[in-house]
Amino acid sequence: MSDHHAEPPAAWSDQAAPQGPPSGPMSTTASGAGGVTPADAADAARLVSFGLQPKLLPARDAEYAELLRRYREDPAFARLADAVATGLGLVVLEVSPRAGMAVTAGEDSVFAVRMGDYARRASAESADRFLHGLAHLAVAAMAFPRPEDLADDGYIGRITVNGVDAFVRQACRRLEERADEQGDNTDPASDAPGLEAAWRVYARRSATGATKDARRLAGSTTGIVGKAVAFLTDSGFLQRTGDDAGGAYRTTARYQLQVRDMAGSAAMAELLELGVVPVGDGSATLVAPPDGDDLDLAADAGLPFHA
Amino acid sequence: MTSPASTDLAPPQLSAGPRPAQGPAADEGLARRLRALACTAPLHDLDVRKANLAGEYSVYAMAEVALAAIDLVTLNMDFDTGADHDQIVARLLPRVAAQAPGRPAAEHERVARWVLENLINVGSVDRGFRAVYGTFGPDGVYTRRDYDFKLIEEVPGHDGTVYLRTTDEAVNVLVGALDTDVTSAQIAAEVKLEVLISRGRLADAQLAAEQARYRTVQYSETLRRTLEATRRNVRAVDWLRTVPDMIAEALDHVADRYRHENAILTNIRKARDEAETGADPKTAEHKRRAAELVDIVKDCIRRHTQLQSRLLEAGPLFRAEQDRQAFARPTARSGLDLYGQLLAPLLPLPVESAIRVTDAFFASGTGLRTPFSVRVGDLVDMLLTPPAEREHLGAEMPEPDLIATPDDSRFSEEQLASAMELLDLEHDAPRRLSGLLAEARRRDPELPYLVALLAVHAASPPVGTAYRQGERRLLFAVDDGTELDDPEFGGADLIVGTALLDAVGMAAARAEAT
Repeated sequence: MSDHHAEPPAAWSDQAAPQGPPSGPMSTTASGAGGVTPADAADAARLVSFGLQPKLLPARDAEYAELLRRYREDPAFARLADAVATGLGLVVLEVSPRAGMAVTAGEDSVFAVRMGDYARRASAESADRFLHGLAHLAVAAMAFPRPEDLADDGYIGRITVNGVDAFVRQACRRLEERADEQGDNTDPASDAPGLEAAWRVYARRSATGATKDARRLAGSTTGIVGKAVAFLTDSGFLQRTGDDAGGAYRTTARYQLQVRDMAGSAAMAELLELGVVPVGDGSATLVAPPDGDDLDLAADAGLPFHA
Repeated sequence: MTSPASTDLAPPQLSAGPRPAQGPAADEGLARRLRALACTAPLHDLDVRKANLAGEYSVYAMAEVALAAIDLVTLNMDFDTGADHDQIVARLLPRVAAQAPGRPAAEHERVARWVLENLINVGSVDRGFRAVYGTFGPDGVYTRRDYDFKLIEEVPGHDGTVYLRTTDEAVNVLVGALDTDVTSAQIAAEVKLEVLISRGRLADAQLAAEQARYRTVQYSETLRRTLEATRRNVRAVDWLRTVPDMIAEALDHVADRYRHENAILTNIRKARDEAETGADPKTAEHKRRAAELVDIVKDCIRRHTQLQSRLLEAGPLFRAEQDRQAFARPTARSGLDLYGQLLAPLLPLPVESAIRVTDAFFASGTGLRTPFSVRVGDLVDMLLTPPAEREHLGAEMPEPDLIATPDDSRFSEEQLASAMELLDLEHDAPRRLSGLLAEARRRDPELPYLVALLAVHAASPPVGTAYRQGERRLLFAVDDGTELDDPEFGGADLIVGTALLDAVGMAAARAEAT
């Protein structure tokens, strides 16, 4: 699969896969007649509409699979479908049997998810807004712990809600210890709450809390992570595999594409703009902790390691 | 090797200073060991007595030959017969010959036969051995006791020939018990534990078993974490030394504990089942302890088995992950290290800066949502619909639509009343069923059926119910052998009568019973 990604816009690379003049029976009128019929446009739009149902698997729907095949074999149809998607404000990430028509919302698209719609408190409270965003980033970091995992198309990440929480919490605690060693006072000035270190916001928030109806406390960090994974599951990015450790999930091909081609780079650009230039040598920075470091973690955290 | 199990096996009580071994229980252990020691005496005796043989036999190690003979017999005896005498001698010969290669073969055979005959103790009347040992009885009186035992006994075969079998004593002591690494601290600890149990120190045994269980749980947890970490990044875990050592250690632990706990289980079950509860609260307490310990040990065994199967999976998992992670074809893309390059640099930032990064990730990492669009027509409908009233009692139950079931009773209420009236007999004037049926037939042609039914029921009167409900009279029917002469019914012409019940007496009896 790696050759598909040699060209920058990954979405368009698949259509180029059958090189040279198209061979075999071309069932379409689009390439044969050189013109686009309304039926072709309808098919292309139908394919995009399939792509808008992220939980739909091509393997489960014969029509979807057939349209995908046509997209991959018929360049003219592929261009048409891409154009439909672009017109709707969608970005095509990949078109393949494994991911289907993987489209995502472009910026300012009607399909984009707004933080205010996602969590009501998040629009008013900047701390909540940060925590919700951080939860999504942490889920991705846990799901793809090594750079290779994010690059490897065959990789399936596995996460649990408690595991994600424990892992962020541990990273925060190490920052706290480092601050203590340096004698820093990390308490923020009360008139400048925005200058509080990010890790403190997470560390301050309780990991869980009792509720009347035995559900997860929405404002707790496990509640926030739980909301993130539930939302990602609805987006067809994760699949629930079990109930242990607050809910166990595995990643889908779409999630990998989304993180790799969209979210990772967007966040990275933002970070660079802030003047932070993280240097990596391409190897993973998640390593095992020294012994005994993880003994007071949440139960079933399942991730005793950090940088 | 000192495996972690051995430290657990020695409960703290052991180091609290020696407890004087007192009472019959302690002496019982001593007696058992004396008996075991006695079983080895014939072997030592062989080496002592070989000097008395006519000829120079000191070159032969008789005890060694004897043990070999016992092994051979044990291995060669099958379930119903035993080992063949000559065959055993023949198999012993190579060993005997190796001890003195220069001697003639006839002498070798003579030595082998001598050893075998001495193990059977051919010279004695009962072809056995006797050892004397003394014990203190429960009353403090020292008593000498004789212990008679055999090592190899001769048993008759099907065809009239004689076969050899090793006795339980020989198997237990010379095959089983001596097969021990006497320097092993671990085995010593296990023996100590067994002794603790057999002498009734169940509390200590329970503690030791629980400690071993904690250790197992610890191993499982460590292993689970290691495997989890391995799945994510093989290099995050030291698979060169730390993990293999840990796995080997844990496997040893499991093997030891498994063997040992099965022994405990057998022992304790016996203690639990054989202990006479009786009136002695102490024995009852012991019995309860033993039952508890059985549960604990069972749980231990279950956990050990689990741990073992996980341990066995660990190696293949590591290799599979290594193949996947380390030997996979490097991808052309350079992946983004989400943690190292995004999350870790983000956390120390002030939250107002960090939020820009998380917002960017959120905006492009959540995928898409198809927006809801509402038609005005639907909207009007929705807005004009009165809100569904929410009751905390839940939704209103729909009025059940009852359908009258047709009355398909065979007999009407009037018929029943009529039949009961007919059967309402004086207690001292029972009647024949035939007469009752005839009278019923005069009233109503259907009535005899009901009367017959009631009479048949009365043949087995509900005495218990009547007693509990304190009824005064009870209809009964007795068969005295007379045949029923009736156009519609056959069978016995029952005598139907009414028995008066002693309601007051019954009430008193009920009060007594409660």
